[in-house]
Amino acid sequence: MREGTATERALAGEATRGERALRLPADRWHAAEIAFWVGAAAAYFAFPNYRVLASQILITGLFAVSLDLILGYAGIVSLGHAAFFGAGAYAAGLLASHGWGEPLSGLAVAAAVAAAIGFATSFLVVRGSDLARLMVTLGIGLMLFEAANKASSITGGVDGLSGIEMWKVLGLYAFDLAGSTAYLYSLAVVFVLFVLVRRLVHSPFGLSLRGVRENVRRMPALGAPVSRRLVAIYTASAAIAGVAGALLAQTTQFVGLDTLGFPRSADLMIMLVLGGTGRLYGGLVGAAVFMTAHHYLSGINPVYWQFWLGLLLVLIVLFARGGILGALAALRDRREGRAR
Amino acid sequence: MLGHLIGVLFDGVAYGSLLFVISIGLSVTMGLMNFVNLAHGAFAMLGGYVCVVLMTQSGVPFLAALPIAFVASAAVGMLLERTLYRRLYRATHLEQVMFSIGLVFMSIAAATWLFGPSQQPMRLPAFLRGQLSVLGVDIGIYRLFLIGVVAVITVALHLTLVRTRFGAQVRAAVDNPVAAAGLGIDVDRVFAVTFALGSGLAGLGGGLGIDVLGLDPTFPLKYVVYFLLVVAVGGAGTIKGGLVAAVVLGVADVAGKYYVPEIGAFIIYVLMVVLMIAFPAGLYGKRT
Repeated sequence: MREGTATERALAGEATRGERALRLPADRWHAAEIAFWVGAAAAYFAFPNYRVLASQILITGLFAVSLDLILGYAGIVSLGHAAFFGAGAYAAGLLASHGWGEPLSGLAVAAAVAAAIGFATSFLVVRGSDLARLMVTLGIGLMLFEAANKASSITGGVDGLSGIEMWKVLGLYAFDLAGSTAYLYSLAVVFVLFVLVRRLVHSPFGLSLRGVRENVRRMPALGAPVSRRLVAIYTASAAIAGVAGALLAQTTQFVGLDTLGFPRSADLMIMLVLGGTGRLYGGLVGAAVFMTAHHYLSGINPVYWQFWLGLLLVLIVLFARGGILGALAALRDRREGRAR
Repeated sequence: MLGHLIGVLFDGVAYGSLLFVISIGLSVTMGLMNFVNLAHGAFAMLGGYVCVVLMTQSGVPFLAALPIAFVASAAVGMLLERTLYRRLYRATHLEQVMFSIGLVFMSIAAATWLFGPSQQPMRLPAFLRGQLSVLGVDIGIYRLFLIGVVAVITVALHLTLVRTRFGAQVRAAVDNPVAAAGLGIDVDRVFAVTFALGSGLAGLGGGLGIDVLGLDPTFPLKYVVYFLLVVAVGGAGTIKGGLVAAVVLGVADVAGKYYVPEIGAFIIYVLMVVLMIAFPAGLYGKRT
């Protein structure tokens, strides 16, 4: 009898060879994770002059985690994820510039708008081959970009949307120029959403997504409705990306067309691949490394930055497919193998 | 009114045939190797810059520069296929996308560093400039030339595919690479030669298109959507599908931008989405 994949046996509740039986939800916190979040909180005190950059890293990290949900876990290659980021950013920005500057409700509105767009377009994305999905996601991203460009009376077009006045967070903390409130606000929102995503990924639903990615034809035979799961995760991913966009709009009090553009989608994919897809923290790690490097290196010469970035990508794909976290995991496995 | 319509149609067909020449290589490699190559536009850009350099610095005439661009792009394509692309045929589509995006970034940076970020100016030879009046409609001579060249190329491709042994090997490998290898066809060599040919055609198209599409370092990214559209809509691996798709898209784009300029760019994306829903495998694509 053919051995099933670990995923199938886990879904059937059996113990896999040599490992303890997989109990769902499998979400015990590891020491490294706790260290990561403590570190993120400590960065507030350790790098007081870099709070703006740090909050941007957190926001982009959340955005990258949302892409990981569909890319690393469900296997949908999307070149237009910035569409949801930009939609959320403009939604929150327009809400605030028209008088309602309450931050948390702005996030909720942005999530709803992005989720609606995600839901509407998910039906195009769940059918078709990889190439078709690539085209559709790319096309939707470009369409939204053109729409925002043409509707310059609403969105400000190339000049961007300004005049965003945010009220105090929870009525207590005002946004300041140094970015202190922005950082703690972003950290709180990103942490809460990350915990939710983490719980989702370690649940039976998350496991079924991995099953879809590994063998999409086998899943209906196991009783898992593939299209419905993909629609659900695509919508959820869009909503989270929308919240990330809204965070950007609220903390920087500006929304530009670049939030919707292809370069943002491409850079996001690069960050995720750099950190490692299919591993929760890949997006966060990739965003941190990428944006820190970009901050220091692109000022020197943008042409060099693009060249070395391209070369890095080629090398990652050829030699280090799991990204940073993949390489770390391989290192750890090798060490454990030797110790046994 | 009718004169305008004919003019727009003609421009659209010329534009579409240019897209076809550049994209046919992408279509065949995608059908053959199931490899998503977003860097295909970089080969077109290479051909364009080779043409420009030859014409401005060595005084080579335009018509002579075009075949040299073809050869240069084909050579680079062969080299990259043997060294890099070959390793990724079994990789996931994400990895192929990432790899080709990396190549695109490198090519854009190299072009910017070598030639500067602005558009390359281009002087067409005198006999290709101007207009011809046919049945009361003014038709650009260069557009006519484009259509003529592409028609010749299409016929040549068709004959190669249908009448030569190599063409039969390509068709067999597109249909079923495993069975083809089992029959003793050297699939690796077929891949390499096809990739080189496709890149060469892209380079030729890049040279031909300097006047129509422009040439600047961001060329590969600017037009990647169009190339992918032709492949996705026409169906990977077919010549007829690619030609029909390219002409349809070319006409739609030109007509859209001429008649409804406010939403001109949308037309092509909406058309793409509609066609992808109606024909998930492309107009003439093989059904997986």
